[in-house]
Amino acid sequence: MTLYGLLFYVIAAVIVAATGIAVTRRNLVHAVVYLIFSFLGSAMLFYLLGAPLLAVLEVIIYAGAIMVLFLFVVIMIKPESHGEMMFSLSQWAPAAVFSAVYVVVTILMVASAPGTEAPLAMLWASPREFALYVFQHHWFLIEVVSLLLLVALMGALRLGKGKGKSQVEVEL
Amino acid sequence: MIVPFGHVLLLAGILFALGMFCALARRNLIMIVLGIEIALNAASIAFVGSALHWKSIEGQALVLFILAVAATEVSVGLAVIVYAFRRSGSFDPNTYNLLK
Repeated sequence: MTLYGLLFYVIAAVIVAATGIAVTRRNLVHAVVYLIFSFLGSAMLFYLLGAPLLAVLEVIIYAGAIMVLFLFVVIMIKPESHGEMMFSLSQWAPAAVFSAVYVVVTILMVASAPGTEAPLAMLWASPREFALYVFQHHWFLIEVVSLLLLVALMGALRLGKGKGKSQVEVEL
Repeated sequence: MIVPFGHVLLLAGILFALGMFCALARRNLIMIVLGIEIALNAASIAFVGSALHWKSIEGQALVLFILAVAATEVSVGLAVIVYAFRRSGSFDPNTYNLLK
């Protein structure tokens, strides 16, 4: 096993462990902090797999912006978790069964598909190459994404400033 | 040489299953949105691995759009959650029974 292979397995173990801890936490702040670890691991994985610009974007957008947004919401409205943490088993057992079937099928498929056992070669897409490719082939999608972000901004503002009758504020 | 392509896919599959479990079984709207984020991140890992496997930069370009969609989804989703919390005072989806 090469050094890169070793790095991959270490990072993968950290990602899976941090995500597994995160999804079972009762305290939302703990869950978000564990997920930040998971996303930092994903960024390292992107760097290892030859996508340095995406690694930087992962740290800035996922671990930075999105998780901080979650933290803000959690801190702002202090959701106390009362009662059951999960839905009752009868509600999500069918979903769990289907997910288990899906995981088994995926493992079988990956194991039997030709070419998946070939080791990946080291390759590196410099940010310059990447940006040139994106703006040459997907310039229209970039515009669509900018429109999407604008609409999301307007929607979030509209929802956040809504002065509807609020039960909680009336009670306060 | 890094690792076989199948191992990258397996990692992405495990992460996706964890995200789906979080989105389906947790009884808190914020954890549901977090689960969707985990699943999107798993898809990104699969895309980057595929880009390396087929030596095409297209997969990396798609991750860029996944990032944009994730940011959009989380901003609007959290705004809706805060709105719902103000209206009902709860994060539990089971208590949203205004139409009952």
